[in-house]
Amino acid sequence: MPEVTIAMNVRPVNSAISVIDIEGEVTAVAENVMMEAYSEASANGARAIVLNFSGLEYMNSSGIGLLVTMLIRAQRQKQQLLAYGLDEHYQQIFELTRLNEAIAIYGSEAEALTAARNGRR
Amino acid sequence: MSKQNWARPVRRMTVGAVPDGALNMNVEGREPASPLQGFGPLWQRTFRIRLRGVPATPAEVMSVWKAEFPSFQPAGNRFHAPVAGVQAGEIIFLESAISIVPGRLPGVPIASGVRVVYVDDVCFTIMTPQGFPEAGFNTFSTFAEDGVTWAQVQTMARTSDPIIEFGYRFMGGFRFQRETWTHVLTALAARFGVLDEQVELNDRCVDPRLQWKETKNLWHNAMLRSMVQLPLHAVARGRGRAHGRRKK
Repeated sequence: MPEVTIAMNVRPVNSAISVIDIEGEVTAVAENVMMEAYSEASANGARAIVLNFSGLEYMNSSGIGLLVTMLIRAQRQKQQLLAYGLDEHYQQIFELTRLNEAIAIYGSEAEALTAARNGRR
Repeated sequence: MSKQNWARPVRRMTVGAVPDGALNMNVEGREPASPLQGFGPLWQRTFRIRLRGVPATPAEVMSVWKAEFPSFQPAGNRFHAPVAGVQAGEIIFLESAISIVPGRLPGVPIASGVRVVYVDDVCFTIMTPQGFPEAGFNTFSTFAEDGVTWAQVQTMARTSDPIIEFGYRFMGGFRFQRETWTHVLTALAARFGVLDEQVELNDRCVDPRLQWKETKNLWHNAMLRSMVQLPLHAVARGRGRAHGRRKK
């Protein structure tokens, strides 16, 4: 299998919100890293998880599938999933795949955290 | 890998050049449907086959798969490759019939199409339109593992509406899907001279919930519509031919 070219860092903001910093390529081989990061971000009962895509280098259709899986897990836990740091191209990919209808996209971490605190989508 | 691998987003699907023999039905004007817009439980189903002894690289196998995509379908499934080939943004048209008892009962016909949303050297992904039996993505890929090339079909989709969900659960829909992708992979392997490998299956239920708010998808159900459209199309085509003969 291709080598894993992604790293994810989980930053708890407070007991209700965690940020996951995504660095590298989101492809099929990122599954374990991504789901472990989600579990870590949820461990303290976070109600909102913010995905930071500023370090995203590439995402293919398998990566979109992983995001769908993460979104479903979040929905089942009644968590909000928010995102920021997506460049224009990947914002279009979210639009293409209609992920933007379930994962709110913000321009900065501050905006995403404000939305998460206010419980906005 | 390039960002150009992706199709551009569209609010509704549009059809450009239609391949000869393809029926342009239940695609034009439909919204693309992701797994979030379907009705039934969300399943990720993975079918894969090992191409043992095949020297072709994953990219070489994928090149053949794209070029000859319709030829790997089972009898009764007609896929029409896009005029421009399997490229991001193109529509693959299809006609099929799902039978409860294959070979004994006539199948329920469907004419529709799917949009290619992602393409690279070893992979392409299609997205279904509103009304297609499933809402979601199918990814066709090849990869190397331990020096052997594999071919894989992975679906991530929900059934679109309650009728389709019933049909998939109780009237052979899931079996039809399993048989279709098993046939496709077996035929692809045979194309490379591999005749003795079994298709490996892995089903994972990502979300068991039914999305009742998506019951509205019934309005676009391509199977129900095809049951009306296809006979009308056949009549219109017959009249056209008769008219053509009279003119001669």
